[in-house]
Amino acid sequence: MANTVNLKIDGIDISVEAGKTVLDAAKELNIHIPTLCYHEDLCVAGNCRVCVVEQEGARNLVASCAMPAQEGMVIHTNTHKVRNARRHVVELLLSEHNADCTKCYKNTKCELQDLASEMVITEPMFLDLVPEKNYTVDNYSPSIIKDDSKCIRCQRCVRTCHELQHVSALGVAYKGDQMKISTFFEHPMLDVVCTNCGQCVIRCPTGALVEKNYIDQVWDAIYDPDKHVIVQTAPATRIALGEDFGMEPGNIVTGKMAASLRRLGFDSVLDTDFTADLTIMEEGTELLTRLKKVLVDKDESVKVPMFTSCSPGWIKFIEHMYPEFLDNLSTCKSPQQMFGALAKTYYAQKKGIDPSKIVSVSIMPCTAKKFEAARPEMRDSGFQDVDLGLTTRELAVMIKQAGIDFESLPDEKFDSIMGASTGAAVIFGATGGVMEAALRTAYELVTGREVPFENLNITAVRGMEGVREASVKLEGLLPAWSFLEGVELKTAVAHGLTNAHQIMDAIKKGEASYHFVEVMGCPGGCIGGGGQPIPTTPEIRKKRTEAIYREDEGKTIRKSHENPEVQEIYRDFLGEPLGHKSHELLHTHYKPRKRF
Amino acid sequence: MKNVKRVDIIFGAYTQEKYKVLEQALKKSSDQIISEVIESGLKGRGGAGFPTGLKWKYTAQEKELVKYVVCNADEGEPGTFKDREILTRVPRKVFSGMAMCGKAIGAKKGYLYLRGEYLYMLPELMEELELFHNSVKEFNFDFKIEIAMGSGAYICGEESALFESIEGKRGEPRNKPPYPTVSGVFGKPTVINNVETFVNTMMIMRLGVDEFKKLGTSDSRGSKLFSVSGDTPIAGIYEIELGMSLQDFVDEFGDGDTKAVQVGGASGFCVPRKKFKDTIIGFEGVPTGGSMMLFNSSRSMYNVLKNYVEFFEEESCGQCTPCRVGCQQLKKGIEAVKKGEKSAAYLVTLQKLADTMKISSKCGLGQSVANSFSSIVDNFKEEMIY
Repeated sequence: MANTVNLKIDGIDISVEAGKTVLDAAKELNIHIPTLCYHEDLCVAGNCRVCVVEQEGARNLVASCAMPAQEGMVIHTNTHKVRNARRHVVELLLSEHNADCTKCYKNTKCELQDLASEMVITEPMFLDLVPEKNYTVDNYSPSIIKDDSKCIRCQRCVRTCHELQHVSALGVAYKGDQMKISTFFEHPMLDVVCTNCGQCVIRCPTGALVEKNYIDQVWDAIYDPDKHVIVQTAPATRIALGEDFGMEPGNIVTGKMAASLRRLGFDSVLDTDFTADLTIMEEGTELLTRLKKVLVDKDESVKVPMFTSCSPGWIKFIEHMYPEFLDNLSTCKSPQQMFGALAKTYYAQKKGIDPSKIVSVSIMPCTAKKFEAARPEMRDSGFQDVDLGLTTRELAVMIKQAGIDFESLPDEKFDSIMGASTGAAVIFGATGGVMEAALRTAYELVTGREVPFENLNITAVRGMEGVREASVKLEGLLPAWSFLEGVELKTAVAHGLTNAHQIMDAIKKGEASYHFVEVMGCPGGCIGGGGQPIPTTPEIRKKRTEAIYREDEGKTIRKSHENPEVQEIYRDFLGEPLGHKSHELLHTHYKPRKRF
Repeated sequence: MKNVKRVDIIFGAYTQEKYKVLEQALKKSSDQIISEVIESGLKGRGGAGFPTGLKWKYTAQEKELVKYVVCNADEGEPGTFKDREILTRVPRKVFSGMAMCGKAIGAKKGYLYLRGEYLYMLPELMEELELFHNSVKEFNFDFKIEIAMGSGAYICGEESALFESIEGKRGEPRNKPPYPTVSGVFGKPTVINNVETFVNTMMIMRLGVDEFKKLGTSDSRGSKLFSVSGDTPIAGIYEIELGMSLQDFVDEFGDGDTKAVQVGGASGFCVPRKKFKDTIIGFEGVPTGGSMMLFNSSRSMYNVLKNYVEFFEEESCGQCTPCRVGCQQLKKGIEAVKKGEKSAAYLVTLQKLADTMKISSKCGLGQSVANSFSSIVDNFKEEMIY
């Protein structure tokens, strides 16, 4: 069988790999065909019909996203028939759509709006169907708002939730004119299996699924002279924020981000990377302690493998889907929440600020972080530890609102304390990064030597494979850790909840056994998070990942335990990893949830 | 000579020996069965009229080990009720046709997808099915039939939506290609035929190709069951040779005041009185799955059309834009014209929309809404406006 097929599009001959679609082939020719339901990360739906083209010899138009390129095909993408049909499709969508664009969070960032604008639709062709629709808005979740009046039923969200995340919180309900995207018995998103990961949000072409934004609340806090407003920024924000200002994916904008936050008026510009390093200290120690209890003390109440607990999407997933494994979850809070708990205790003490006056803001690549910040478990400082969680996108909006020319900003540094970090912290932003950072520290802790990988780069845990495994043989250990001598430390990494589901099922069935497993809720890890700039594609995620590792390589300190501020906090405040104070502030437990 | 040639083959009595025709047919080779069905000129009886033998041949050519035979008994087209009668009176012929198809294409499993509203038939069908399974066992042929129940959605009569439904998913049409002959139910090569089509294949075996070909015309071989309803004194199911003119049909079944006939149900065409003479019922003219609805002059064609578009508005699966929103717009649009909120010229806009639905909808449902819409609006424009 031939591996290529030859076809003609708009009079131009082209050969493409067998299996490619007409849309793929047109792309190779730089012929733009509009799409709405199509998304590179998802299976083909072919339901919006905006990508229709004319195929010679075919009775009907064909959906180019769903039509395989075939030998001898002759395609026209810009005929009268095609343009009429596309115009009709967009007009129909608009007639069902709450097109009050100026009141929409996605105004100017909407794929339907773009198409309407391209087609110069000024007078509606058809009758307005919206008044009869009884559309509802679900804004109960602290993370995601679902507004059915903006939905075009493309089902990108449904496919995302099912294919990429194995959650299926969103599905199709009813048929015909009543057809809608809904949840289990139309419960609010807050009450169903939704993990708040926001993968649907970054794939929704319109304003039907958006993050709940806290922009005005942050401005109010900044303008309140009585408040001390601090901000922390997650590792993956600094390699993506630039995209919202038209910069190429993969640009590192750490310094500009710090500068912009200072100009926005935050009283202190700090870094989640600091608590990422702290997480490694706590989690690494926890892992070694667990291994001792299991291997030496034979304590059956202690569970391995230990799972990472940084990703709030993953946490909620395990609460719903695998509650029997909750004891396997590291008790460490996520870096955001460690930061929050320390901001209103350690930071407040050191700076002599009344913690009740502190407003703690986080900038996260994540929508689930909003939910996490609101969790009842996260009030160990005596206050809500993190007050307001913003996405990377919301920060970009604030910078634009403030009239700041982002690209021309100078590079500035984070403030201190809780602003210093290492290369090990920044790689938290990419899948495999927590594992790599943990290994760098834990290995050195038990052997007194650096990890035996060139330039500290543990490439086995890097990459975009859904599930990756790596093992490290522990040899020549320091006397205190001799009980681990000869142990082959088995680790695995998964990203995206469908892959998490796979690895969990394998563990559950006894087909796989590990000591330590890193799971990140989003494809690619936090760099592909639901709070990151839109769009997301495999290519964009690759570039962001490369930037993360470049940022790591550029750091002088690349191991968490060498972070001077981390050493300082143990000396001045926490005592030791897993110590009394750590337990109080930095660790927690989660509860099972229902599976619907 | 009568121009409407009624015959009585489909509901003809069973052979004395149980499953005798099937037993004979199973002695033939796969190729022989397929070439006889091709030679007969039989076209699918569900309405679309794809040559049955070719469908079987394409599926037989696929190299997969697992293949399926599916019988579409979702009979949901408004005005069609002949499959109900077949499954009530001669289910044996349906099961036989499925088994023979299994032999022809190399399938060991068949599904009968039964319309949700026909649940009441299940006990008797199961009884016959037991007999069937015993018989094929005796004939040393490995073939099992399972009955899958529909749940009342019209769209599940669309073949790929039907597959989804059998698989336990929401009944939504798939993208084509791939076609069922390559990737049908459970992703395997599948023959899906209408209930009546399977009976016809057994008819070919029993009568022989030559006798079968004597029925009907060169483009439309065989006889066809018609579900006759509406303004007729003799509503019911009739087996008639294909190829008659609509005038002949109306002469036979009309009440003397027939204004229009809807041929092929809601997804079919409306033929007005002035075109009765020139309209042939068959694949050379207006094809039909069997639904023939007669309307006399007391009927408002606006109400007829509104009823159809309401039906489609509700029965669209809702996934593709032209069908989901298009149906709503057609309904609202004719209402607005009727009320005078839109001018008569808006009907032209709606007809253009219907044309777009025809060429850009994902499946046959949305594609065929334009049939009834345009034929009624074209022929009864005054009734739409005044």
